[in-house]
Amino acid sequence: METHVTLDHGSGGLASRELITSLFLRHLDDPLLHQLEDAAVLPAQGGRLAFSTDSFVVDPIVFPGGSIGDLAVNGTINDLAMRGARPLCLSLGLILEEGLELMQLEEIIRDIARACSRAGVRVVTGDTKVVPRGKADRIFINTSGIGVLAAGVEVNGSRVREGDVILLSGTLADHGITILTSREGLEVEGNLASDTRPLHFLVQSILGEENPVHTMRDPTRGGLATTLAEIARDTGLCMEIEEAAIPVRPAVRAACELMGLDPLYLANEGKCVVLVAAEDAPDVLARMRATEAGRESARIGQVTARYPGRVVLATAAGGSRLVEPLAGEPLPRIC
Amino acid sequence: MKYVDEYRDRDLARSLGSHLHRLVRRPVRIMEVCGTHTMAIFRHGLRSLLPPEIRLVSGPGCPVCVTPAGVIDAFVELAGREGVIIATFGDMIRVPGSNGSLATARAGGADIRIVYSPMDALQLAARQPEQEVVFLSVGFETTTPTIAATILEAQRTGIGNFSVFAANKVMPPPLEVLMQDPELQVDGLLCPGHVSSIIGADAYTFLARDHGLACAVAGFEPADILQAIIALVRQVQAGEPVVENCYPRVVTASGNARAGEIVRAVFKPVASEWRGLGVIAGSGLALRSRYERFDAATRLSVTVAPSREPAGCRCGRILKGTCRPVDCPLFGSRCTPAAPVGPCMVSSEGTCAAWYRYGGLAREK
Repeated sequence: METHVTLDHGSGGLASRELITSLFLRHLDDPLLHQLEDAAVLPAQGGRLAFSTDSFVVDPIVFPGGSIGDLAVNGTINDLAMRGARPLCLSLGLILEEGLELMQLEEIIRDIARACSRAGVRVVTGDTKVVPRGKADRIFINTSGIGVLAAGVEVNGSRVREGDVILLSGTLADHGITILTSREGLEVEGNLASDTRPLHFLVQSILGEENPVHTMRDPTRGGLATTLAEIARDTGLCMEIEEAAIPVRPAVRAACELMGLDPLYLANEGKCVVLVAAEDAPDVLARMRATEAGRESARIGQVTARYPGRVVLATAAGGSRLVEPLAGEPLPRIC
Repeated sequence: MKYVDEYRDRDLARSLGSHLHRLVRRPVRIMEVCGTHTMAIFRHGLRSLLPPEIRLVSGPGCPVCVTPAGVIDAFVELAGREGVIIATFGDMIRVPGSNGSLATARAGGADIRIVYSPMDALQLAARQPEQEVVFLSVGFETTTPTIAATILEAQRTGIGNFSVFAANKVMPPPLEVLMQDPELQVDGLLCPGHVSSIIGADAYTFLARDHGLACAVAGFEPADILQAIIALVRQVQAGEPVVENCYPRVVTASGNARAGEIVRAVFKPVASEWRGLGVIAGSGLALRSRYERFDAATRLSVTVAPSREPAGCRCGRILKGTCRPVDCPLFGSRCTPAAPVGPCMVSSEGTCAAWYRYGGLAREK
């Protein structure tokens, strides 16, 4: 019995077949995938489709709160959800480095299966390549996803208006700080964990019949600061947010202070920013809070015309400043 | 978070701010010496709480920024050598020398690791005995004791493939040079809290006594900084400059004696070049001869060439506080955090980076 991924596993021959049937299909039990045809044929959906793709190269591949497998499923689901789509199915492309432990691979595939069943989304087609040792870092994953939009659902930046309220679905920076601290081997008390999770249930519950949502984004890489800076730039409006209203877990704040990092710039993998008209805000916020993914949702600011195209933060100390998008990788400070 | 939240309290900051508005009767120029102060002032938006009479000038207190281009070039050259692993604090990675940065060296195949502590670099050396691990030792009084302790530990454990490229600097000599500069008109100094925890508040007495400069040692939370600015304004308006310790929960009059001892045991003062300020006697630290075997410069025969500033870059004057980032022709156009020309834009504590990232509101005023 093999214990590690070999180049044969990516040959397309017998070893590939063995990997697919004994490992992938055992966990990803979907009738379309089981056909092992060159493409999955989906039934007609009778509506507009959303289509998105994302690649995952995170290091470490397993971290508190999840793994690269969870990210690969939830990341693409969330990209679809941010346009108001209900995700249906995913493709799964794996690039494996020769020598990856098969047990580790199985653990990740199991995470993918669990994340899919939690989200009610299927993996319907896939591909695996193996590259020689040193040509990749253990495992890279690409997922593409298809989702369907209900009639009348329009979620995009052009609907944002002055006076809109900015809502955030929960605490900031959990994923980014967890990855940074586990990468550096820093042990921080208070159990940091990634926030990786699907957001489409939350999104469906706030879209409802009337669709009060003007735009939605998930602040992944670059964090909330970069996401809001993009909305401000694209709309030419001013995003005014309040530091004291932005939820950040105490352990996350402590780790950020320790490493000299700003939670506004760290990645999130299970949060969204939602912009709605002021009159709809209380109802939307209540609906967000009623979902599992949005229990800690908060109103963090509003859209104004004060500094066109910019993000302004009212600091907890009572001052105010501009918030610029992330430039370069976030680097820890020297002292 | 304890010891943080109470110093970020909005009502406290507001009341300190309005106290300042009532107190100030004349223009007061204050230099914040330390890069961490520059960052904190911008991050908390404190300029928006200050009366217009108070002008804050940023000083030479970002260790990455004051490291001259010639030293950066030596770092980059060292990184390119076969068998060498460079261990460095993250801030150094993107600092441009005259021929690229450590980031470009890394992209070209150099083995460069970001560490949080020099002890991590020593552990790396223990794990990779066939490589030479060189720690790029940059920093002020706050960082130097841990580097000295690491060298003592390397000595004790007999790890032979570890060395340190010492570019450490100390704070009081450049402050004295700055205060003699006729171009610079500063009434008071916001003295660095972290550095002062090591050297003690008394280290600034000569500035108050000999140069008539108001001094206040400050912590890094909004209330700390505002309280120290109030102390400085009071001193300046009363014409009674002294050193006030506004950070007594961390800083004592004489500092951390044990840390000072370790540093003195391992390092000796030498003349050192500061970007923008030139060579200043006694402002740098070199390894004492009994620790020479840990000195990367001698061990690997590294030479530091004289530095040239990039054309048009005003980092030198910005570090002296005689020029603001917005006065530099490159600021925000050719020089941005994404593509920095000068060091003040690279380091997260750099004055230009802070202005670019957080300063817009103050700038537009």
